[in-house]
Amino acid sequence: MLLTILRNDRGGQIMLSVLLATLIAVPLLNLLVPAGNPLHVPTYLVTLMGKYLTYALLAIAVDLVWGYLGILSLGHGAFFALGGYAMGMYLMRQIGDRGVYGNPDLPDFMVFLNWKELPWFWYGFDMFWFAMIMVILVPGVLAFLFGWLAFRSRVTGVYLSIMTQALTYALLLAFFRNEMGFGGNNGLTDFKDILGFSLQADGTRIALFIASGIAVIAGYLLCRYIINSKLGRVVVAIRDAESRTRFVGYKVENYKVWVFTVSAMLAGIAGALYVPQVGIINPGEFSPLNSIEIVIWVAIGGRATLYGAVLGAILVNYSKTVFTGLMPESWLFMLGALFVLVTLYLPQGLAGIVNQFKARRSSKQVTA
Amino acid sequence: MMKHLLTLFLFSLLSITNAQATQENDVLPTILPLLQENTVASKQQAINTIATSSDPRKAAYLQALLAGELYLHPDGTLALITNNQALDAKTTEALQLPDTEFKKITTTNNLRSQLRKALEQLNMTDPDPKVRLQAATNLLSTITPEIAQYWRQLLGTETDSKVKAALQLGLDLADLNATEKSTRLQAIQLLAGNLAPEVRKRLQPLTTDSDPDIAQAAQRSLKQINDQIKLYSYAETLFFGLSLGSVLVLAAIGLAITFGVMGVINMAHGELMMLGAYTTYFIQQLLPNFIDYSLILAIPAAFIVSGLMGILIERTVIRHLYGRPLETLLATFGISLILQQLVRTVVSPQNVPVANPSWMSGSLEINSVLSLTYNRLYIVIFCLIVFTLLFMVLRKTNLGLQVRAVSQNRAMARAMGVRSARVDALTFGLGSGIAGVAGVALSQLTNVGPNLGQSYIIDSFMVVVFGGVGNLWGTLVAGLSLGVVNKLLEPWAGAVLAKILVLIFIILFIQKRPRGLFPQKGRAAGD
Repeated sequence: MLLTILRNDRGGQIMLSVLLATLIAVPLLNLLVPAGNPLHVPTYLVTLMGKYLTYALLAIAVDLVWGYLGILSLGHGAFFALGGYAMGMYLMRQIGDRGVYGNPDLPDFMVFLNWKELPWFWYGFDMFWFAMIMVILVPGVLAFLFGWLAFRSRVTGVYLSIMTQALTYALLLAFFRNEMGFGGNNGLTDFKDILGFSLQADGTRIALFIASGIAVIAGYLLCRYIINSKLGRVVVAIRDAESRTRFVGYKVENYKVWVFTVSAMLAGIAGALYVPQVGIINPGEFSPLNSIEIVIWVAIGGRATLYGAVLGAILVNYSKTVFTGLMPESWLFMLGALFVLVTLYLPQGLAGIVNQFKARRSSKQVTA
Repeated sequence: MMKHLLTLFLFSLLSITNAQATQENDVLPTILPLLQENTVASKQQAINTIATSSDPRKAAYLQALLAGELYLHPDGTLALITNNQALDAKTTEALQLPDTEFKKITTTNNLRSQLRKALEQLNMTDPDPKVRLQAATNLLSTITPEIAQYWRQLLGTETDSKVKAALQLGLDLADLNATEKSTRLQAIQLLAGNLAPEVRKRLQPLTTDSDPDIAQAAQRSLKQINDQIKLYSYAETLFFGLSLGSVLVLAAIGLAITFGVMGVINMAHGELMMLGAYTTYFIQQLLPNFIDYSLILAIPAAFIVSGLMGILIERTVIRHLYGRPLETLLATFGISLILQQLVRTVVSPQNVPVANPSWMSGSLEINSVLSLTYNRLYIVIFCLIVFTLLFMVLRKTNLGLQVRAVSQNRAMARAMGVRSARVDALTFGLGSGIAGVAGVALSQLTNVGPNLGQSYIIDSFMVVVFGGVGNLWGTLVAGLSLGVVNKLLEPWAGAVLAKILVLIFIILFIQKRPRGLFPQKGRAAGD
């Protein structure tokens, strides 16, 4: 089964092998190698890598709709943030009476805002399974509604991109409001533990890192499976010739809505894994800039390859960490230049370079 | 006590004004002993004497007293001392200073309020109608039967219609306290529809008057007034909406050119506006003494700066991406990041102060409940001018013809000899230049900082998409109506929620009509 999915996917095989090796090596190097040894991986680095992995999953989700369906979504940051908020609400409820105000029934910010009782939409979030369902359901339902409306009336191309941007912008504004009941400007933070394990403990952090890695692998395999299936063929056909596919008799809208919803759910899971590792979720995650940055990860890695998305997400975010530390002034210049240069000179992304190289070599072999 | 004194002073004032021509007395000898006596009562009497005299310098005396600039020497010299310069009140000659013997004539709160009233009353006969109007308005809240009697006289000789109306209003207000019921009823009826806040204040207690007729009439009049106020507040909301809409139109109209006519998604549009706003700032820095005129100068300058930047972007980046709108979107977004960071690095990451010229401040007062601030008014006018000019450029000039030709059918236009590459660059420059001009307008309304553009880009796209791509009229209608709807929603939803609702509305609207309010028809509509 696994082999059939990954057949003809050299990039995926390599990427997944490296990822698997990292998932095994990093915890071992953290736990078994004593601190001070050059091979020791400090815990903060494990968490940082865990964060990159959640970004990688998000990038896979964007690549699924952009690379294979041709929909440039500028709103995937919103699905990511919604998943993050669902997880954040669970973590908030786990604090119990250990908050600053020590109120066992209400999160700190509600006490601060003088709220008397828990709003109805917070019910159930003290149960892990319920929160996990919401992590998938909330982004999924929003994507379904949005997609159902948009694709049925054949909003395509740039219009759709701008609509998705408007969606995340509207959510940004909404979540900034204190009245929404999601902590307003400050968002949700000050988390203590997850499933009874302290979020500060090394073991929990490693577990979250491994969980993120497994999620990336599972997400990758799921997307690859979808694309290899018959449905995937139709999806690519829609990307390349939408009208023709429709005339042939396929219900284009249904395919689009389906893939878009799956992608949003993956983004939600990525958000849910992201929040416990960084320890905060605030409305800034909804900002249109974040969503458009995801697209550039995918573009740099290489569209429609999936493994390129993972590569791009990790590479761009690693450079971001390095350069915002070394020369904070230069990062936006670099990011801006990346946008311009990649679209102008590297339309296939980094994965494309490898493929071009390979294609040149095989054509040489043919002539020889 | 106060009222009694005022009465006294008014009655004497009347007799004086009647006989003004015959008497020309210097008031100084009369008041000097009173001031020397130095008690509150004596000073009150002195003020009354001054106010009722026909001394040409009486206003000067009152003002000096109010400002605490009158000083008395033990030898009986009265002097006006300001900024260490002393003038003898009698001889009007300069006196030698310093002289420690001079004692300031002090005033109490009561005395000062008496002085102010006396001065207002003096202003009622000022030759300048504006001063008279101001004085009348200031006296409205303290109108007494005595003042009313005096005003009735003034009304006969008054020529200015505004002052007349103010006087009449004062008289009607005074009549509310009349003893005869018929006079009171008539006054209540006359006051119906008058929007001065004083009227509402006075009518309110009358609605619970012991006399049912009076109470009823007062209620009727008050309701009429409140209805009118409601009407005017709608007008005000409409005006606010139109001014907000004008800002949206200004921000979006450049985009309507680049996005609508050329099909280019320019995410750096907001940053081109930001450049326009910064141009305004730099021009004001260059000409610090001409704040009033530099704004006018900034308009063409911003057009040129942003326009050239636009042409540069088109030549270096966008040219290679025609026909790939999603890639254009990403590339121009990168440019917007670079421009933002450029401003942060070169100028400052903080907001820069942009001054408002004096003619932009203040407001046009329609009546006491409706006043239109000049900056909003000018924005509306400016928006319409820019729109008209742009419309004319596209309709009446050779460039406009070529732009439309290229946008409708590039291949055919090229075959007819239109240099489409040059037209593309110029069109993009035009759209960018308009963005710069919008930036000048925005610099007068919001903070000028590196993030200025970001906050407007999504709104501008919404306006263009809502209005229908490729349609300038659509942009105008969409921008203005979105502005008005936003302001209509604001009172009951709050500013942020109103914006969210508008965004949701547009998202849903686009589902129903994917091509906007005014879709392009015919061949140009084809993808």
